[in-house]
Amino acid sequence: MSTLASSTATTRASVEAALRGRKRDIGGTIFSVLMLSALLLSLLILVVLLVSVLQDAWPVLSTRGADFVRSDTSRIDSRTGVWQGLVGSFILVGFVAVIALPLGIAAAVYLQEYARDSRLSRLLITNIRNLAGVPSVVYGILGLVVFVQALRSVTGPDVYGRSYIAGGLTLSVLVMPIIILITMEALRAVPNGIREAAYGVGATRWEVVRSHVLPYAAPGVLTGAILSLARAFGETAPLLLVGAVTGYLSTPTGRTPIEILQGQYTSLPTQIYAWAKLAGQGWRANTAAAIVVLLVAILVVNALAIVLRNRYDRKW
Amino acid sequence: MEQGANMVTTRTEVTLGSLKGNARRRRKEAVIKAALVGAAGFSLAISIAIVLALAGEAFVFLSKVDLSSLWSGVWSPRRGDFDIPTLVIGTLWVAMIAMTIAGPLGLGAAMYLSEYASPKTRRRLKPIIETLASIPSVVLGYFALQVINPQIVQNLMGATSTFTIMAAGIGVGILTIPLVATVAEDAMHAVPAALREAAYGIGAKRRTVTIRVVFPAAISGIFAGLILGFSRAIGETMVVALAAGATGQAPRRYNPLEPGQTMTGAIASLAIGSDSVKSADVNAVNPFTALYFVGLLLFVITFGLNILSERFVRRVRRNF
Repeated sequence: MSTLASSTATTRASVEAALRGRKRDIGGTIFSVLMLSALLLSLLILVVLLVSVLQDAWPVLSTRGADFVRSDTSRIDSRTGVWQGLVGSFILVGFVAVIALPLGIAAAVYLQEYARDSRLSRLLITNIRNLAGVPSVVYGILGLVVFVQALRSVTGPDVYGRSYIAGGLTLSVLVMPIIILITMEALRAVPNGIREAAYGVGATRWEVVRSHVLPYAAPGVLTGAILSLARAFGETAPLLLVGAVTGYLSTPTGRTPIEILQGQYTSLPTQIYAWAKLAGQGWRANTAAAIVVLLVAILVVNALAIVLRNRYDRKW
Repeated sequence: MEQGANMVTTRTEVTLGSLKGNARRRRKEAVIKAALVGAAGFSLAISIAIVLALAGEAFVFLSKVDLSSLWSGVWSPRRGDFDIPTLVIGTLWVAMIAMTIAGPLGLGAAMYLSEYASPKTRRRLKPIIETLASIPSVVLGYFALQVINPQIVQNLMGATSTFTIMAAGIGVGILTIPLVATVAEDAMHAVPAALREAAYGIGAKRRTVTIRVVFPAAISGIFAGLILGFSRAIGETMVVALAAGATGQAPRRYNPLEPGQTMTGAIASLAIGSDSVKSADVNAVNPFTALYFVGLLLFVITFGLNILSERFVRRVRRNF
């Protein structure tokens, strides 16, 4: 009787051991730690980057602070500031918002809601996908040939075409494919039932898009729009080709808005690039301080986009 | 009876015209559609404009330049030396160094996010990748020049120069991590749960499922991510312009621990120096126009790589 009970107990123990696994899966643990460390290393790089930039920038930010943000460019490292670059970047982004956003969203609506799955529409989509992967310098060359050289009389007759208009148009062309792709994805996520309900009560195609699809896709479209504007804000390479001023820039007063737009310009990333190439501790600190200003602007905007997405992300 | 007669009089004939709706509404619809078609066609116009702008000017450059100067051993546009191998070697070094960093880190992050992280951890960790993706390249250029080169390349690898291809490559690699991670994660995410469950059902460990089931099933998408990363690394400009020592001239070098020149770096430095390089002789080749030729080369290479990766992505979609 007692031998039977003990043998049952040992059987139970051995079965339990077999089910639980004899020891922990060390290989699996190492593997998962490796995967996680790839992610954490990226985080570490990010932290080191931010800390070292802040450290370099501290002498300027702590002593000059608001003065650095509000000063114009200067050849003297203790007097220079980012105001012109900051204003320039905002005007350029304004251009993108006015030109690339409506065009990009309209193109996406056509491709996703109107176009049939034809050869042509597939060609268009492939083309847009590839345009999104074209290096930004190449867009700079496009801007140089088209907006700076060919359209000089419109974009900036007095500054050899190297104006806000040329820069803004170049950036618009650059981010348009990205806006189209993100918007198309947001439109695709709206379930067909929504469209069919509208068609069922007799709406035309545009009425379906306008009153049903676009409102439901709005959070996704908005997030995409914000992210692409942030991208335009930090873009540097194409602006070097379409003539953003890398050195000293004077701001004549009393000009009309059109004259300003046809005039010389610079942007915050362009200034960072120019300053990073100058020698001396003073300029190094200035560069880092300008980077802090740039990163604050971009990271705040990005955080906003992430929060928006998390809040309105809808599961159908 | 009377009621029936009333019903007959109110019934109207239904014609094809009454099904079409009113004319104003149809006109509005047509106008809007035309506007949307125009917007979509604009993207096609952009790519045609890019090709025309680059090809036209590159042809002018090629017709004027002495072809032997494209293989002369030195990149020095102002003196008429346009050694293309110098740029190609520099570009390939940067892209390869970048991929040895972005490949493992991007894929590792993608695997963790897709296969190991719980939905909650995923939501918390994904912003790391997104924040990294939002850092402008000029910032990474500064970081590569001021931190990566002195701390890592000079200290650990024994380089002596302030500018090195290695530092630029590492900087570009950091920029490329998010792209590789996002594309690879999308591909792994698209692998149907049924495949994983089947493997778990016959007692597979999570590691086995990840390596032997999910990874092979998503291999096309993972390739696509790596190719896109490579293409991005080839086209990256600002990091190279700041950290690789991309000045007006460079001899052909094979050592990544020395300064070097890439295709993008050459374009940037030609663009900035544009005022000083104009030649007085009308028949001489304008060094500035070399940037169109290099730009065309860059466009063709990256466009080809992008089409290749698109093929791979489509294969994933077809399978599932």
